[in-house]
Parts: sequence; structure tokens; C-alpha cells
Amino acid sequence: MSERPRPRLPLQALAPVAAVVLALLAGAVLIAAVGQSPLEVYGLLVQQALGTGYGLGQTLFKCTPLLFAGLSVALAFRAGLFNVGAEGQMYLGGFAAGMVGAYVPLPAPLLLPLALLAAALAGALWAAIAGVLKARFGAHEVINTIMLNFIAFALVAWWGHALFMPATVRTRGVAEAAWIARLDVLLPWLRGSPASFSLVLGLVLAVVLGVFLFRTRAGYELRVLGLNPGAAEYAGVRIGRAQVFAFALAGALAGLGGTSFVLGYKHWFEQDFTAGAGFMGIAVALIGRNHPLGVCLSALFFGALAYGGLVVNQRVPADLVNVLRALVILFAISAYALFERAARRARPKPEPASPQPGEASA
Amino acid sequence: MAAAPIVSMRDVTRRFGPVIANDRVSLELRAGEVHALVGENGAGKSTLMKVLYGLHPPHSGSIEVDGRAVHIDSPATAMKLGLGMVHQHFLLVDTLTVAENVVLGLERRPLFGSFSPADAERSVAELSRRYLLVNPHARVAGLSVGEQQRVEILKVLYRGARVLILDEPTAVLTPQEVDELFAVLKGMRDHGTAIVLITHKLAEVKALADRVTVMRGGRVVGGGLASELSIETMAELMVGRVPAPLGARVARSPGERVLEAIGLHALDARGLPAVVGVSLGVRAGEIVGLAGIEGNGQHELVECLAGLRTPRSGRVRVGGQDVTGRGARAHTEAGLAHIPADRLRRGLVAEMTSAENMVLGRQREAARGPWLGGPALDARARTPLAEYDVRPPDPRARAGRLSGGNQQKLVVARELGRTQPTSGTPARALIAAHPTRGVDLGAIDAIHRRLLAARDAGLGVLLVSSELSEILALSDRIVVLAGGNIVHETTPDATDERTLGLHMTGRATLIDTPLEDLEPSRASGARPPDPGPRA
Repeated sequence: MSERPRPRLPLQALAPVAAVVLALLAGAVLIAAVGQSPLEVYGLLVQQALGTGYGLGQTLFKCTPLLFAGLSVALAFRAGLFNVGAEGQMYLGGFAAGMVGAYVPLPAPLLLPLALLAAALAGALWAAIAGVLKARFGAHEVINTIMLNFIAFALVAWWGHALFMPATVRTRGVAEAAWIARLDVLLPWLRGSPASFSLVLGLVLAVVLGVFLFRTRAGYELRVLGLNPGAAEYAGVRIGRAQVFAFALAGALAGLGGTSFVLGYKHWFEQDFTAGAGFMGIAVALIGRNHPLGVCLSALFFGALAYGGLVVNQRVPADLVNVLRALVILFAISAYALFERAARRARPKPEPASPQPGEASA
Repeated sequence: MAAAPIVSMRDVTRRFGPVIANDRVSLELRAGEVHALVGENGAGKSTLMKVLYGLHPPHSGSIEVDGRAVHIDSPATAMKLGLGMVHQHFLLVDTLTVAENVVLGLERRPLFGSFSPADAERSVAELSRRYLLVNPHARVAGLSVGEQQRVEILKVLYRGARVLILDEPTAVLTPQEVDELFAVLKGMRDHGTAIVLITHKLAEVKALADRVTVMRGGRVVGGGLASELSIETMAELMVGRVPAPLGARVARSPGERVLEAIGLHALDARGLPAVVGVSLGVRAGEIVGLAGIEGNGQHELVECLAGLRTPRSGRVRVGGQDVTGRGARAHTEAGLAHIPADRLRRGLVAEMTSAENMVLGRQREAARGPWLGGPALDARARTPLAEYDVRPPDPRARAGRLSGGNQQKLVVARELGRTQPTSGTPARALIAAHPTRGVDLGAIDAIHRRLLAARDAGLGVLLVSSELSEILALSDRIVVLAGGNIVHETTPDATDERTLGLHMTGRATLIDTPLEDLEPSRASGARPPDPGPRA
């Protein structure tokens, strides 16, 4: 009856931290190699990205789309699906929000929700295509979501001919009724930074996702599917349907992420506005271990790197921050493997059931 | 047979966790001899050969090759010693030719020099000619399963094997291919190769083997010259003796049919017919034991009955309701509980907690509206975990960290729990596939008693087990599946293990038919006119 301590949680939480520390150490070597003091550069980065109201606001602004994309990828991962399409889903979501905001004549209390809904729907429908292809034909979702990214960008470029303002790559401005307010309305010390209530929406959705995954039947079924498809089938989960559902939810999250820029910052849709945030969502989910809380933290980390990278640009090449980001990911992957192995060694190995059936005669 | 053995294994022990797969096993292999290693699934045959082949180094015991003690820690070492193994699943590159596949990985060449395919083809062709194997220039993609198997044998021979280990080589072959394979193997034996044939088909043993070793439960239980052992004796050794019965059987009158298969046909994973027209009914309040050697269609039959496989034709009814091909959920909702044979692949999610696993397949009943999880879920699991003595009874322990026996108890607790009034919809039928696999003796007894109690409470149970003692002790009726069909039906009082064993090996007619009239067991039932696509 004893409640035994479970080393699993701290170990799992430690792995990303170890990865970040190791990556920073490796980055320090690189900084030293270009003739700068690592301590000074890191100090500057932290001070600028987190130490001032404006800097923190910029970090939060950069973090917002990463948070949505990270949640999107994490949700799909939980269902055993690899969503490489967050970029395209976010792009179409932003486009849909921009169109609704610019062309639908509705009063303030209705327009913003409608624009958000349009973003979620656009992302959901786009992602659901990959879900249907997977469920119906077994087509691999990695390939499909990558291809759907290209198609999304090409479609918008095509429509853009008719929609973009003369001599620009942006659409008409979004009506003020659809703007997402800036955070400095509430938190004056963030003054001047572009962080908006999109971040709050993202945090709320992170909580909702946590509740969904760990406290609802549908979330339970998705997790079973992701962990053991054979058991999901046994448990009566309709696998194809669940895959489409998971993709649609993931797409809705990514699509909503597009509104941070379109409704909360520029107030118009602009070509290539996602700038890889959707792809970074994969790294965010990876470092965040597909857990909503982890995704929040890792989005904040990558947001700080993104903004801090701009700040330290005068001291070290901007590419250094990209290298640092890549190092974190590399170290994370290896750290997880190492920590998994350590955890497995720490506990008595669950024996392979009995020698049958895999062992004895397979 | 005075020749010194090429290989001799002495007192080899190999464990997997707490399970002893090989318990002080000794075995000798001699040149120019086919040695059959027979036993039921899980008897430890394959493990023993994997020990010899360096895949599972032994925990104790010794191995000698050519009279010298050796330490075989990898297949590469084994190959150097002249040991070769052909696995059930082929490892061939479809787009390459036979010769290319055979030499793959052995393209010896000097630095910057080039590999000479012509040399390779020449030696492969020579081997091929000597044993009538296969055309070295043919592309593997165009070969039949039997020919592909011979390519695997060629690979082993090319690497200089003097000992050839074949793991259930006939499982994937048609009867004609079996004959061809045996001719090839006889040729190799006459050239001095030592051959190990892992099998549970006793007719093959009689047809090919010179010597036999019978394994059961990880131990050698008998053996000798194949010519001196009858199929009955081998079957008896394979299956073992019956332990004490569970108690007196009460005559009973079962109720309506709660689980039914009607003219069921189904294919296996390779697309070959596995279930061939099975009709079977389980009534409320009875246990029907399904006996059969693994691989005779019971897996596919169970999957059809549980909604995990769509039958090619025929109907499945649960509680009188036709649920054919409608998926596990429809079966569950019609009142079916299912203890799956493979708990790690089907019955559990290792990464989830015991509490979460306690509602697997019952998540709809357990949910309150859309909500499922948290402390309520843990609380719900406490009673059954304690009642079935799952250790630790902690609902938050991850299922993957439980021992195999405790995992099994968890699954049994969940599925038998379906009959408890608290669970809302009491199950009407239960498929119990190997319900005591990997469970310790005390727990086996407890599970048996619970199955009987559930039966007495009106549950209809289909019991699938490889333990004939279990089938005999629990069943009200027994059906034997061989070659994908029901070949025998009886009651525990009217039969014994030996008779059942003979029916299982498809050799039942032996009782009154001479041996030479018999064909390999899988041939008769499982091969209708159209064999279907080969995987």
C-alpha cells in the first residue's frame, strides 16, 4: 500500500533542463570562438529579453505563435501523429482571420469572435485533410502535412493577386473591431511592446488542452491511440475518426496562432508572416515533452532566444542564435534517450511477459 | 551415431526477468543429422536456439563447438563458428537478385577495388546446383515464399554454416513447398550439415528428423531417435500431465447463446486463410474450452469474435445481436468482455497508470459525461486492484512497471469486473485468451475460481488456452481447432490430454489410421482452392 516515490517525473523534467544547459555551454564555446565573452553575451541576452518591461513584452510577443504551434504539434503527437503542417495551418488561419476582419461588416462584440472562429476553422479543415488521407488511405501524415504547407502558401499567393494592396504583399487592414488588444493596456510596464492578449488566449488553451488530454474521455482515447494503437483498437476507439479529430484540433490550435500577428500586431494579413513559427512548434513541443505546461515553458524559452538573438546581434553573428536553437534541439533529443535509459535501468525491468509469444516462437 | 557432436550445449539456463525460458537445457548436434526440437509455443525452443546463435547469451551453462568451449555473444561470432539460423521472417531485399542478396554484407574487396558480382554469382550458382536451390540471377521480388526461404538458406550456406537452424520453416509454406524444402534439407544432411528443425508439427518430425528433443516449460522433457518415438508419445511429452482438478463439476443447463460464430472465414496477417468455416456457440453459464496449437486459427477466430478483425465471410453474434465487422466497440456494447492473449499489444497501455488501464475499453461507462480521469478514476481502481491482489495496488503506478503476472491480474480484474453490478452493463460473454499466462500458481488458482464463479453467475465464457490442463479443469465443453477449423468436440469427462493433443496436432485420425496415410497438418484444412495473395 506504500506510495512509492516515482523518479519518473523529476527525471523527465530534468532532461530538457539538462539539454538547455548543455546547449548554452556549447554555445559559450562558439561565442568565445568569435572573440566575445560568453558571460557578457548571455548576460546581455537575458537582461534584454527578460530584464526590462519592453524586452519581456517582445519575448512574450515572439513566444505567442510558438506557444500555439507547440500546443498544436504536442496534441497531434499525443495521438501518435506528427504534425509538420502547423506552419501552413497557421498561415491559413491568419489569412482567414484577416479576410473576416477586413471584409465582414459586423459590430465589435461579434467580429473578433468570428475572426477567431474563422482562423480555427481554416486551420482545422486544412489539417483534417492530412487526417483523412491518413485514416482513409494510410498516407503518411509527415509527407502530407509538408505538402499541404506548400499548397497553403501557393494558394494564398495566388489569391493574393486579387487581394493584396497595390504594390504590397499585404491585404486590406482589419477593422478595429477585430483587433486583439495589446497586453500593455492591462500591464503598463510592458509599454510599447507588441505582446497582445493572444498570449492569454494561448495560455488558456494550454490549460484547456491539459484538461482535455488528462481529464476527458476523448483525450484519454487519443492518448491510448498515441501510446498503443493495438490497445486503442481493443478499447473500441474508432481509429480513423480519432486521427481526423486529432488533426482537426491540432489545426485549430495552429490556425488560432495566426491571429496573434494578424489581429494582434499588424492588423492585416501579410505574405509569409508566419516566418517558420509553425515549424518551430515542433521543437517547442519536443522540448516541452508534449505536455501543455512544458510547451508553455519551452515557448517562452524559444521566444526569449528569438528576441534576445536580435539584441545580441551587434556583438555576435545573428546565426549564432540559430546555432544555439539547433543545439538545444540536438541535446534535447540525446538527453531524452539518455534519461530514458537511466530511468529504465533504475527500475526493475518489466520482463517480456513470458517467453511467449514474441520470444519463444516468433 | 558414434561421431563426436559439432555442438554440445550443457545445462544452459536463460531467464527473461523472473521467467525462466531455458532451465538447464542440454543438447547435442551432430554432423549429417536432422535434429527436431519440438514443443508447444513458449516451451523455450526458439530461445534455446537464439542462445546458440548468440542473440540471447545464456545466464549459466556451457556451449562447446567441435569440443572447444566457446562464448557466443553475437550472431557474428556464431557465424564464424559455422552456425547459421534461418528465421521465420525473411530478411531479403526485394529489388536485388538472389546472388546479390546472398553476398550482401560480405562484399569483400580491397580499398578502392571493386566488388566482383561475377565471382559471387559463380559461388552462389555452385551452391545452388549442389542443393537444387534456386536460380541465382532471379530477382527476389519475383520468387515464391518457398524460394525466398531457400535464398535465406543459401545465405547461411554461403557463410560457411555447418549447422543450420530453421525456426518453424514450414509455417509459411504450402504443402508442395514443404516437400521441396524437405528434399533440399535431406540433400544438405547427406552432405554432412547438421540441421536443427524447430517445430510443433509432429508429422514433420516423423518425415524428416533423425533425432528428437522435446521441450516443455523451458526444460527438456524427453527425446531420442525419431524412429523410436511415436507421435502419441511426443504429443504426450509436449503437452504434459494434468495437475489436480479444481473440484467436482456440477451438471448444469446452460442458457441462450451469448457468443456465436456462424460459418466464419478469416485471413491471417499474411492474407492466407486462417479460419475456415468455423461455427461455434457459447451459451450463458458455460465455459467452452478452445484447444489448439498456436497458429491454427484461434488467434484470428478470437479477433473476429472480439471485433478486432473483419471476417471474410460468416457472422458474429454477441448476446444475440449481429455485430459482424462492426468493431470492438459494438462488441463491447453488445455485452462482450475480452481478456486478450497479448496484454502488452492489446490489453494494456504500459505508459499509463493502473487506474487508467482499469478503464481501457470501458472508458465510455467510466466517464461522467465527457469527463474521465483524476482522483475519481484512481478511487475507482482501488477496490479491484486490491481484490485481485495486483502488486503494488497503487492506482498511480504505471502498468509497464508491474511484473507480467500483475499486469495479467490487472487485465483479468478489469474484464471480469465487467460482470460486477457496479459497472452498469454486465457482460454476457467473455473471451478469455490465455487468462493465466505468466501468472504465478496462487494467482492462477484465484483466476480460475473467479472464472468459474462468473460462469455460475451466468456468464458465457470462451476459454482459449495452450494449457490443456487449464482447458480440462475449467471447461464444460471442449472444441479443438486445427488447420483453421473445428476438428473435434468433446467434454472433459470424455477425453484426456493425450487424445486432445492428438486432435490438436491434426493427427487425431492416428487413433485408427496408419501413419503413412497422413499429410502435414496445416495442409488439410487451411488451404482452400484460392490461397490468396502472399505477403
